[in-house]
Amino acid sequence: MTLLEVRGLDAGYGDFQALFGIDVTVTEGETLAMIGANGAGKTTFLRVLAGQVPTRAGSIVFDGTDIAGVKAHRRVGLGIALVPEGRMLFGSLTVRENLIIGAHAGRPGRWDLEAVLDVFPLIRPLLERPSHVLSGGEQQAVAIGRALMSNPRLILLDEVSLGLAPVVVKSLYQALPALSEGGATVLLVEQDIGQALEVASRLVCLLEGRVSLEGKPAEVPRSDITAAYFGLPAGSGSEASS
Amino acid sequence: MTGHRVTRSDRQSTAGLAVSAVLLVVLFLLPWWDSDGSLRVPLVAILYYLALAQMWNLLAGFAGLVSIGQQMFVGIGVYTLLSFAEDFGVDPYLSVLLAGLVAAILSLPVAAFAFRLRGGYFAIGTWVIAEVFRLIALESDFLGGANVRTLTRESLGGYSLDTRNTVTYLMALGLAAGATAIVVLVLRSRLGLALRSIRDNQEGARGLGVSVGRAKLAVWVISAFWTGMTGAVILLHNPSTRAESAFSVLRWTALVVFIAIIGGVGSTTGPIVGVAIYWFVREFLEDAEEWRFIILGLIAAAMAIMAPRGVYGLLQKRWPVQFFPVRRRLVGPGVGGPAPGGPAQPVADAGHPPV
Amino acid sequence: MEWLNAIVQGIMLGGLFALFATGLSLAFGVMRFVNLAHGDLAILGAFVAVSVTSALGLNPFVSLVIVVPVMLATGYALQLGAFNFTISADPLPSILVTFGLGIVIQNVLLETYSADSRGLDVGSIEIESIRITDAIAIGWIPLITLIVAVAVLGALQLMLSRTPLGRAFRAVSDDPPTARLMGINDRNLYAVAMGIAFATVAVAGVFLGIRQSFGPLDGPAQLLYAFEAVVIGGLGSVWGTLVGGLLLGVAHTVGGQFEVAYGYGSGPLVGHLVFLVVLATKPSGLLGRRAE
Ligand SMILES: Nc1ncnc2c1ncn2[C@@H]1O[C@H](COP(=O)(O)OP(=O)(O)OP(=O)(O)O)[C@@H](O)[C@H]1O
Ligand SMILES: [Mg+2]
Repeated sequence: MTLLEVRGLDAGYGDFQALFGIDVTVTEGETLAMIGANGAGKTTFLRVLAGQVPTRAGSIVFDGTDIAGVKAHRRVGLGIALVPEGRMLFGSLTVRENLIIGAHAGRPGRWDLEAVLDVFPLIRPLLERPSHVLSGGEQQAVAIGRALMSNPRLILLDEVSLGLAPVVVKSLYQALPALSEGGATVLLVEQDIGQALEVASRLVCLLEGRVSLEGKPAEVPRSDITAAYFGLPAGSGSEASS
Repeated sequence: MTGHRVTRSDRQSTAGLAVSAVLLVVLFLLPWWDSDGSLRVPLVAILYYLALAQMWNLLAGFAGLVSIGQQMFVGIGVYTLLSFAEDFGVDPYLSVLLAGLVAAILSLPVAAFAFRLRGGYFAIGTWVIAEVFRLIALESDFLGGANVRTLTRESLGGYSLDTRNTVTYLMALGLAAGATAIVVLVLRSRLGLALRSIRDNQEGARGLGVSVGRAKLAVWVISAFWTGMTGAVILLHNPSTRAESAFSVLRWTALVVFIAIIGGVGSTTGPIVGVAIYWFVREFLEDAEEWRFIILGLIAAAMAIMAPRGVYGLLQKRWPVQFFPVRRRLVGPGVGGPAPGGPAQPVADAGHPPV
Repeated sequence: MEWLNAIVQGIMLGGLFALFATGLSLAFGVMRFVNLAHGDLAILGAFVAVSVTSALGLNPFVSLVIVVPVMLATGYALQLGAFNFTISADPLPSILVTFGLGIVIQNVLLETYSADSRGLDVGSIEIESIRITDAIAIGWIPLITLIVAVAVLGALQLMLSRTPLGRAFRAVSDDPPTARLMGINDRNLYAVAMGIAFATVAVAGVFLGIRQSFGPLDGPAQLLYAFEAVVIGGLGSVWGTLVGGLLLGVAHTVGGQFEVAYGYGSGPLVGHLVFLVVLATKPSGLLGRRAE
């Protein structure tokens, strides 16, 4: 079943256009990875889905209704949660409050504080601390937990691995299956192609605001991915990556 | 890059300058044909309000210093003139200059306190300090305490009534024209570049080596100087005063702010438009001061929300004419030099790194 | 003994200043909004109480039941209908709108109620007091004002730290775009905060009117005192606001005592000077967490 269908999406900031005619479809239950170089427009795409950046043209059909004009604070209630780039925890709230405020919209579902703590046990001893004293990995776990608290149908993860040690990234990614089992479809943005290919059931590559490649990891040759990532003519990717 | 040059003027602003030069000459010659003063006397108030509005505009519109304490500099100017002319026998017209100097000097310690606050708190902070000056004037036996003080005949020297009226008028005209010229000159100077880069991006400006504090302080002192002189001329025009009216927030800040907002902050022409509108409203509601404040206050508040560039901004949207050449534009082949009637693309400060 | 009495009375007066400062502090804390009409709204609240008490024959204390909800609704509506449009990185629009509003309120009050001074009469309790020593007595009205101020600030502190609404306020104060991702309607929350601010300032206005006479032009002075209490106490600190109010109150009464004893000085002047000293030596305030 199609959960999200984006058609001909344009978006940008002021005079600057960051996305050009993006078409992306997300099927319920899959894990879609979006890759692309710095500045390709990945974060912008997620922020458009979450309502933080306005849609200039095109449609965003979520669960059968066009939400392009719906305000950001109403989209959580529909089941879209964004784990923003840079985690963005509330510095003057404790870890517990950061998690609880994730449930502000009051969507029913299986995720609650206990369920989140089961997936991220490392948070449990930190609950009463102010969130700004946490390490990067701990913050990222809280940020994902906070998004889960809203019982999303679609969870958008923006560069979970950014600035984290490989072991920490690994432990965070180990939680992904639990998200899917909990009923959330995952759309994740990742710069680390290897990491993305490992977890994704499907792949979308952005290049300068346009979709440059789409497919299943197993079916797309690595050289094509590299070519789409760097914007080289198809087939020349193997030379570029060597 | 051949054929490009950075210019500040175009045909429209040259025409603007010509129009204002003619206007200025007409106003300058006014005393010689308006012999009974029926035009001059009411004009003085309009002119000193224009001077005050331009100085507030310079602070709030260009330097981000939204002062609600302008009455302190007016009051300082008033009391300086009184002291020098009445108590020390200094020539009253020389005292006008001294009033500006005293205001400028006192603006330095004021800045030391007020500049610790930002935005809305800066606004209230300047208001508090203006109150301190008012209360000190009330407490001071030397300044006359709560009593009415008058600039007497004797201290005005041997000047005849007619001469005094003419000189006061010409001084008010000089202050108004000078205030406008100051804003234009500041904006065209390096200080203007620094202010604009601060307004656009305070952190970025700091990174480029612009001393944010020094640029703001310079504008603050200039504005205090000119506002202080204006205060002194206000006393020449209306020689009786008390602390309550010399330091009146309603007269010397609220009305000034309304004039600037309604006309248009952040442009040099806006306050001129504002003062014209004020004149109009005053003629209509001559005896209803409360209603004047209610109507101007409501218009100003609505403007701040719906048309933050004021009436002049609205006019400009329809007829994009720049009256005073303050912006640098890049002109030349391929840049699309200002087509007559069309909006000229301002290329912000091309090639001039802010210093 | 007079000086000790001045300090005791100053603490009582400080309760009133703290009550004035509460709403200013809340609006700044939640949305960095500085309402220059704050003092005029207090005076407006007091005049509404004058009308309510004379029309319905109510005791001014009882009139709060009407005045407070009216002002709360006004604050909510004004934020949604006007103030929200001025919230941006540029402080100019919000300053202009609220400054303009304040001037309009003053002049509308002048037109409707004339320039005469008014008072709110609560009966014999006004002159009753608790005698501590021969020279020191605490009036019931100032004492009740102080107690109400402490209660209002305490309730505000509890609301901010313990309730979902308070959590949402703090989240929005930290980071509005991310708060929206949580499903928080920040614009609506701002309106709620402004409603609360108006309600508290109305209480302050009514207590001012019970304590002393007031006129349409008394608002700006109250704004300045409220602002000084907030800055002295420290931005973003609820208890700091109380401390700031009390210190300012003491400065006022001690200043008044100076005038009695030496013929120079006045409460407001000494209050302003204490504020300037704190601003120069400790710009983040006595209990402040962050400098602004
Ligand atoms: N707030 C903004 N204002 C203006 N331009 C922006 C803004 N945010 C992003 N951009 C621009 O939009 C383009 C896309 O940025 P975006 O953050 O979506 O890229 P990204 O793919 O997420 O990059 P990265 O991998 O570095 O996070 C970039 O050119 C960027 O400079
Ligand atoms: Mg990104």
